[in-house]
Amino acid sequence: MSISTGSSETRRGSPAEPDAPALPLAGVTGGRPRARGSRGRGWRRSGWLRLISPVVVLALWQILSSTGVVSPQKLPSLTTLWSTAVHLITTDSPTYGTLQHAMLISLERVAIGFVIGGGLAMVLAVVAGLSRFGENAIDPLMQALRTLPLFGLIPVFIVWFGIGESPKITLVALAAAVPLYLNTFAGIRGVDGKLAELGQVLGLSRAEQIRAIILPGALPTILVGLRQSLGTAWLALVVAEQINANAGLGFIINQGEQFLQQNVIFVALIVYLILGLLTDYIVRLIERRALSWRRGILES
Amino acid sequence: MATRDPGVLTTEQVVQARGVTRAFDGQVVLDHLDLDIAPGEFVAMIGRSGTGKSTLLRALAGLDPDVGGELAVDATAAVVFQEPRLVPWKRVWNNVALGLRVPDPRAVARTALDEVGLAARADAWPLTLSGGEAQRAALARALVRDPGLLLLDEPFSALDALTRITMHQLVLSLWERHRPAVLLVTHDVDEALALADRVLVLADGQIAHSASIPLDRPRDRDHPDLVALRIRLLTELGVATRDVS
Repeated sequence: MSISTGSSETRRGSPAEPDAPALPLAGVTGGRPRARGSRGRGWRRSGWLRLISPVVVLALWQILSSTGVVSPQKLPSLTTLWSTAVHLITTDSPTYGTLQHAMLISLERVAIGFVIGGGLAMVLAVVAGLSRFGENAIDPLMQALRTLPLFGLIPVFIVWFGIGESPKITLVALAAAVPLYLNTFAGIRGVDGKLAELGQVLGLSRAEQIRAIILPGALPTILVGLRQSLGTAWLALVVAEQINANAGLGFIINQGEQFLQQNVIFVALIVYLILGLLTDYIVRLIERRALSWRRGILES
Repeated sequence: MATRDPGVLTTEQVVQARGVTRAFDGQVVLDHLDLDIAPGEFVAMIGRSGTGKSTLLRALAGLDPDVGGELAVDATAAVVFQEPRLVPWKRVWNNVALGLRVPDPRAVARTALDEVGLAARADAWPLTLSGGEAQRAALARALVRDPGLLLLDEPFSALDALTRITMHQLVLSLWERHRPAVLLVTHDVDEALALADRVLVLADGQIAHSASIPLDRPRDRDHPDLVALRIRLLTELGVATRDVS
């Protein structure tokens, strides 16, 4: 078992004299709710406050473009974008297809790439996290992969996989895998050794130990990795879809560029943005549910 | 590596330690220590900081693979650590039931929580408990396994004085009801005197002193026998006795 306490303690005469608990989670270490109530409510209120600055930016955007201070060629007004979006949704043009079709294609690519890359990353991280052997076998390769410039691989992938779906999905999978691997690995290694010891005292089997203590202990960090990984997956998709795609949001951007339709490019970018925010929101919901034991600190 | 074979134990023993030795980087902490604990016996072990009390307890709990000598410990031993070590993502009852292999762990856990007066917090998250509540949950988690030996590693030292007194009473009543053997590691002489059948002083890696206390509980801390023993134990620990009597 690689997570264990004691190496630093053994130097002193009495190895089991307790050190400060080594929980990796900020705010958990104290063990006792400090600011009961007040912080929880302030948090919820600030949720609305967070909307102010985006709304101000949007208003400024509309004013600048509709008054002609910035040319509509450079920055189309929000109302123009709205009618462009409606047009893209309602008409199946030969140039762009429909917006919703492009969106579905892009979503599908991200989903497939993410499931493959993220799933593989989780498995590798668990194997590397749980054993020294696994770490020695897997971690150097993943660290090397991390430093590889992902988008530099595109020409290589085209040679390897052609110009169909595979190079795009591979790119998304790689982009999703790296942050999820790094965070899952770090999360597993950061689990409090004292809890692992407790599992031993309670006679938990290895499988029970992993299920009851190690994975839930690593979960907060894994979820951070999940959010990062979904972010980079979308990023990789945008790039991947601008090479040799004939459908998808990236394709629409490409077409818009060729036909000098700045407003179409903006609409596609905004859809990317909304989809990105939406996936992020879903992970936050998962976080809220899965980490409700931590919410106890804020709300009880 | 010490042999840990409960099969060696007689019916009069839950612990049989012979020549238990442990060194850290050449510094000997336990030096051929012998110890027997009888079923149902309440033993307290005191010693100055760094004398290896916790090292011995961890060895008995099976948490130290590098300890040498012969060590036989009841297979049903349970541990309460100094900090409660509740798993923060499992509700209190689930902490108590963790690793329990019985048909209805939830009901069993609730009964145990009821015994330590914590039934109302069964569904709470551990991080919302007070220090005393958390340690009571840890006690319930140990007792629910019906242990033949209960290893207590300074479990009350982080609690405030009033909570500690309540916990002493709780431990005594639980001990009287379930009758596990208890090894209580503590640095508090008065705690040892109030609870134990036998007080051991650990020094220089061995049991330097052993005193039986054949007094009924609850004990009057001013009982002449206890006062005399307190002075003796404090002298053993190298503390000036004029200040305390």
